[in-house]
Amino acid sequence: MAELATLRQAGTLSPARSRAGDRLAAKVRRNASAHGFLIGAVLCFAFFSWYPICREIVLSFQKTQLGVTSWAGWANYHRIFHDPTFWTAWKNTAEFTVLALIVGYAVPFLVAILLNELRHAKGYLRCLVYLPVMLPPTSALLLFAYFYDPTYGLFNDILRHLHLPVSQWVQSSGTGLPSMAMISVVIAATWMNMGGATLIYLAALQNIPGELYEAAELDGAGLLRKIRHITIPQTRLILSMLLLLQIVATMQMFVEAFILTNGGAGVNNNTLSVVNLIYQYAFALSGASNYNSASALGVVLMLVLATFSGAYLWLTRDREATR
Amino acid sequence: MIEPQARSLVSSAQLNRHQVTYRVILTLVVVIFTLIFIGPLYFLFTDGLKSTSEAVRVPPTIIPAHVHPGTYTSAWSRVGIGRLLVNTLYYAFGALAFQLVFDVAAAYSLSRLRPVLGNLIFALMLATLMIPSTVLLVPQYVTVSDLPILHLNLIGSPEAIWLPSVANAFSIFLLKRFFDSIPTELLAAAAIDGASPLRTLRSVVLPISRPIIGVVSIFSLVAVWKDFLWPLLVEYGYNPNRETLNVGIFEAASTTQQNLVLAASAMAAVPTLIFFLFFQRNILSGLTAGSLKG
Repeated sequence: MAELATLRQAGTLSPARSRAGDRLAAKVRRNASAHGFLIGAVLCFAFFSWYPICREIVLSFQKTQLGVTSWAGWANYHRIFHDPTFWTAWKNTAEFTVLALIVGYAVPFLVAILLNELRHAKGYLRCLVYLPVMLPPTSALLLFAYFYDPTYGLFNDILRHLHLPVSQWVQSSGTGLPSMAMISVVIAATWMNMGGATLIYLAALQNIPGELYEAAELDGAGLLRKIRHITIPQTRLILSMLLLLQIVATMQMFVEAFILTNGGAGVNNNTLSVVNLIYQYAFALSGASNYNSASALGVVLMLVLATFSGAYLWLTRDREATR
Repeated sequence: MIEPQARSLVSSAQLNRHQVTYRVILTLVVVIFTLIFIGPLYFLFTDGLKSTSEAVRVPPTIIPAHVHPGTYTSAWSRVGIGRLLVNTLYYAFGALAFQLVFDVAAAYSLSRLRPVLGNLIFALMLATLMIPSTVLLVPQYVTVSDLPILHLNLIGSPEAIWLPSVANAFSIFLLKRFFDSIPTELLAAAAIDGASPLRTLRSVVLPISRPIIGVVSIFSLVAVWKDFLWPLLVEYGYNPNRETLNVGIFEAASTTQQNLVLAASAMAAVPTLIFFLFFQRNILSGLTAGSLKG
């Protein structure tokens, strides 16, 4: 505003000072047009990103009774920490994250190493692993729900042919660690999502200088030692970056378990994730929907995820600096 | 003779010595990968051809005993695939248009016009990458149902999907990084010719930025196309006629016979499969265009 006021006065200034005024006017004009280009995106960020972040924190400390909103202190946090399903949801989410990392983190790396060694059918195999990523998640998950069906599903049919005991898959009631229900979710999620990680690893493997392998061979290193002493150290940064990204992505798991269990959370809440619990608190619990408890849970999840994404940003910045 | 390629774990000389082993491994990999990744798609498309009773028969049939193409036509009309498809395309391309206009302009401004506080604004945008939008589900929903200051309710309108998609820090980051790499002389030449910032953007920057705009567009389309929870809340929750493909098929799944559900899922998958086959090269190379590859 101060700049605009100066701009208006600039016309009435004495000729001796008008050149400085002109320069200022040009600067203001340039800034105005630059901000004009920015304004659309800034407004969208303000309304749909920055404001909701603040709003979530505010909502989590408020309560609304009979249409009157007042401060509630820590009551919402107190309530969710004393809700047994809160701990179930966190246990399940951690279980999903660990399982998805064991399978969904190691498998793409090994697949990428394998694909990188093949001299034929490279394009075909690359397309193949990425194909499920492009499918609408509902299509892929309804198909898996059909495979998982305990009576007419394909997976139990395969087990019967192999003379193995059949399983209830996602509808399993066992609550052990890991539970069969969660393993089923992880299998479907890995099939759907592993393509992205595989192709990123593949790109990283192709950046490893070939001389390193030649030098190792001269020293008499075998295949496993080459992987251990060259491939893994050379891709360590991408490995750790993807690890953090995958933790953040898997902790937000919702759609996989939601659709596989037909919009529920499995038997005994076996596949209830934190995001699913936020959704239930806010929109699905019969009777009073409670945005405040949902926001409190959202803040807790936000803090956990921000820790991991903060570590990710720190890692990537470190890399930019060294280049 | 196996062609040499850029040096990797196993050298070409080694491969030539073990040609048979290599052929066996190659065949195994191709067969197993095809089974794992195409196999389920085979069932997706053929199970939709089965009759209702055959789809739930024990044991399941691998090849449909009787082919019922009618399943597809009745799934089309029962689930209303045509309407869902139109809705989803409308949301996806609308979001793309908003994102291209606002995010390209913002990235150009941040990269080249460098306004006062531009760096602070960019840092605040990047900071949102740390907080994924699923975490903000509730406050975003509350905000969209009553926009502050403007007091607009966007629930049920396409803007509820279009406008939040503009707040995409990753797109702005990719675009800005590309604009940063454009040689200054090129833009200086335009400025000497008296081109306004808008004219420079349109005639100089955009034509050379086609690759990165392609990548951002693909990310944007795929994100809206695959989204589930947000459209479930803001569109379906308001009016089932405005639901997307994902939400529509999911909502139909619990009240529809198994073979119709599969036929509907198969039809929903066709547009993305065609899209992938056409833009496969751009999609696969765009994937590594992010911050991960140098």
